Parts: sequence; structure tokens; C-alpha cells
Amino acid sequence: MNIWLGALEQGFLFGAMVLGIYLTFRVLNYPDLTIDGSFTLGAAVAAKAILMGYDPWWGLAMAFICGAMAGLVTGLLHTQLKVTPLLSGILTMIGLYSVNLRIMGQANVSLLRRETIFTGIKGFIPDPWGTLLLAVLLFAAVFLAVYLFLCTELGMALRATGDNEQMIRSLGVNTDYTKLVGLALGNGLIAFSGSLVGQYQGFADIGMGIGMIVAGLASIIIGETLVGTQTLIRAMASAIIGSLIYRSIISLVLQLGLSPTDLKLFTSLMVVAALALPLVRNRLGFSPLRGAGDVKVTPRNQNF
Amino acid sequence: MLKLHRVTKIFNPGGPDERVALRQVSLEVPQGQVVTIIGSNGAGKSTLLNVIAGVYSIEEGAIFLKGQDISSWPEYRRAAFIGRVFQDPTRGTAASMTVEENLALAMRRGKRRALRWGITPEERRYFKEQLAQLGLGLEDRIRDKVGLLSGGQRQALAVLMATLTKPKLLLLDEHTAALDPRTAKVVMELTQRVISQHQLTALMVTHNMDQALRYGHRTLMMHEGRIILDISDPLRSQLKVSHLLEMFEQASRNSLEDRILLTSPG
Repeated sequence: MNIWLGALEQGFLFGAMVLGIYLTFRVLNYPDLTIDGSFTLGAAVAAKAILMGYDPWWGLAMAFICGAMAGLVTGLLHTQLKVTPLLSGILTMIGLYSVNLRIMGQANVSLLRRETIFTGIKGFIPDPWGTLLLAVLLFAAVFLAVYLFLCTELGMALRATGDNEQMIRSLGVNTDYTKLVGLALGNGLIAFSGSLVGQYQGFADIGMGIGMIVAGLASIIIGETLVGTQTLIRAMASAIIGSLIYRSIISLVLQLGLSPTDLKLFTSLMVVAALALPLVRNRLGFSPLRGAGDVKVTPRNQNF
Repeated sequence: MLKLHRVTKIFNPGGPDERVALRQVSLEVPQGQVVTIIGSNGAGKSTLLNVIAGVYSIEEGAIFLKGQDISSWPEYRRAAFIGRVFQDPTRGTAASMTVEENLALAMRRGKRRALRWGITPEERRYFKEQLAQLGLGLEDRIRDKVGLLSGGQRQALAVLMATLTKPKLLLLDEHTAALDPRTAKVVMELTQRVISQHQLTALMVTHNMDQALRYGHRTLMMHEGRIILDISDPLRSQLKVSHLLEMFEQASRNSLEDRILLTSPG
């Protein structure tokens, strides 16, 4: 019971990160590798803010803003200096490693006996349900905000930038600007998620962002396979469903005795298997599992 | 309306594969005129449109739209006044977005995109009305993703999107060449209807000489980056495809290959 509750909590807390990756990789069609750095950045900023005596809720807001700025750096490298998308993300991610160490002052910052958003909620609703409820509510707010944003003029221009850059430019949109907005928003969400996870586990660690890209992609691919991408709401829902299932799988394999140090390899292999599945299925002549209305069998973005 | 003054475009200037695509091209197009442009492959027709649209910057000369020098404007800024339809139907529409979303994107041509709602109910009604005029049944599919439409339907939608806000200038780059003959005819008729309805100024590149003479008011022939023939109505209306071919042969020596290209229906 406890393990599944934990998986559920984590699925929602990491959900904002998966939505962030969905925004950059899928909506904007930009293989952004800033993630590993911006996730840790969020945790570092929130932890530092809490240690300095700020309200933990402020920590969330500051994490979002700092993550957005990290996304802006990646975006400016690409749009202004014409650095390729992959390299621009890598450069920011590596730079952030030092920035994160500067912020935390050491490789690991503990929040033991500090006031976090989770200690706050436990005062009203004791665990097992308090933490989960807070995680669900926060994710629901983020989900709604992102959905509404993608339905606005700017959000639609952003989606069009990822779909057909030339077309949306011929309709008068400065695609450099929409890319910056998308990268800022995506990394803001990822840092926000990092700040949640940091407060949830009670510490920020310099290595906690490593492999977040792969974990996020694994979640997205699992979700898309099960939920599909026919409509915007379904594509977004697949991010959270994927996140929940991914965290459950991780809990399960740990329960079954997989060493935690082998988790990264396991996650990588999971993504490889998910990417290979449609190809293998086609080659063996099986029909796709998904509905008839679905035209995309292979993932759209093969850049990762 | 549109004025090009000694415009030169060189690809890879100074490099070993330097290529002059436009050589001091000057052109004036008055308001409401529809100009068809023909020429062999590599004559500079598409480059001409791309230079006007701002896809490529120019090495020499200047481009004016309504008296304003737009030579240094980036593509997205010029797009506020210039509608475009490409040869490939997939290039003019966003496949993963719905029909109404595509139209809503086009409706905001040149406007600042803010955090306002992306499609309003009035717009939805207006889109349905406009789509019904196409006669392709698209008005019942406004929530369908554009990727599910046929090439012809997508191109018809692209024409509608390019002209929805009545741009000052419409650029058509062989926009029926990738379609089957019947669909091409439908899209061409639609194009003609919108142009006359809104009295648009337009440049249309075509590979089809017959089409070039039948549509519009004026025909340009390009060869090796120059305009080698510029003929307007009423003189143009007496011109036959065979005359055009003769003139073309006079100007260019490599006639055989071009004759095949130019007479093939498209």
C-alpha cells in the first residue's frame, strides 16, 4: 500500500516536469536537454530559499522563475547565436551544474526539520492523504494553466511553431519569440517540479536531475502509447498517465529487488524498448494496438 | 503597390558554388494587377517570390510595398501584408492542428499574439461560412486535424488561409503543380475567385504556359535571373502558347528540355 501511495505521489510531483518536457519536445518539437540542469536548479533554489527563511511557497515561485530563465538562456543560444537545439541545451545544462553548486554552496542541502509545503499540509490533513492531495491539487492547477495557455493566441502560435515553422512565419509570427516562450515555460515547469520533489524528499542534491530527460521521455512515450495524441487534452493527459505508470514501474522493480543504482540503465532500456516496439511490430506484421483514427504509430520526434 | 528596384540575389557569394539567382531585376506591379510568371527551372521565379516575402535577404537593390522600403524587414514582419501559398500542400498548413485552429492562426496575420482566447465563437461561424464556399465539405470537419485531409483539401485551405485577411499582396508559387489535374482545376478556380472577390494584387509562378496566359493581366518570362519578357493585356490576350514558346526559344538556346517542361500540363 505504502509503495503504491509513494508512486502515486511521485507521479503527480514529477508530472509538472513531464508536462514541461511535453511542451519542449512535443509541442515545440525542440529536443531540449536543459532539463537535467533546470530540474536540479528548481530544487536548489527552493531549498536555499527555505534555508534562508522564506516561505516554502515562495520557493516554488522562485524555482519557476529561475527555471524559465535557464530556458531563456538555451533559447537565446539557439535563436541569437544559431547554436543547434541539442548543443544549446547541453551547454546550459552543463553551466547550470556550477550554478546549482553555487546556489546550494555544497553538493547536498538537507531540509530536515524545516518548514516545507508538505509539513504545512500535514498540519491540516495528516498523511497518508495530505501529501497526495497537495500533489494532485498542484498538478491539476499546472495542467489547467498549461492547457488554457495552449488554447490562447500565443499558445496556438507556439504549437504551430513546433508543427510547421515556415507556415507560421508566413502568417506573421516571429518564431524566435515563440521558441523562447516555449523553452522558458517548459523549463519553468521542470524547475517547479524539481522544487516540489526537493521539498518532498527533504533535500536537494546536485545529482538529482541526472537522467530526468530520459525519465520524462519514458513517461511521455508510455502515456502516448496508452492514451494517444488525437486531441490536445489527450496528449496532455498522456503525460500525467505516463508519469504515474512510470513511477509505479520504478517502485515495482525496486520492490522486486532491482538495485537503485541500476535504475538509470533500466529507464534507458525502457525508452529503447518503447521506441523499438512500433518498428518491431510493423516488421512482424502485427497491426498497431491503438485506435483506427490514430495515424501516428511511431513517435513524432525521433531526435532524442 | 509593389516595386522592385535593381534587385540582385546571390547564393553563397564569394564561395566556390556561388550562384546569381536574380540579376538587377526591376519590376513594378500596380494595385489589383495579377501577374503570372513563367520560366525554366532555375530561372529565378521562386527566388523572386522568396525575396519579396523576405525568406532571403538581397545583395543589391530595394523592395517597396505601398511606397515603403521593406528590404530590411524580416520575413514575419512582411507577412503582415503578404499572403503566400506554396507548391507543397503540407507546407502551408499545420498538420497536427485542426482546420479551425489553422484558420484562427491565419486570421491573426500580422497581429500581436496575446493571451487572449485563440478562437472566438464569431470566428468559428465565419470560418464555417468561408469553408462552405469552397464546396469541399470542410465546414463539417472544422475539428478534424488538417493532417487527415487530402492534398487538394489542404491546398484549398492554404489558399483560404493566405487570403483570409485580404493581404496587400498574394504570392503563389506553383501552388497547383503538386495536385492531380482535377483538384488543380478546383484550387485554381478557387484562387481566381478569391483574387477577384477581394481585388488582390498577386504574383503567380507557374510551369504551365497555357495557365500563364489564361489567368491574370500580365505575364513575365524569366530566364537566368532576368525578366526577358513582360507583356500585358490587351496585347497579351492575342498571344498563343506557341508564340510564347518561340519567344522563349529565341531567348534561350537550350529549348528542347524547356519545351518539355513548359508544355507539360500542371
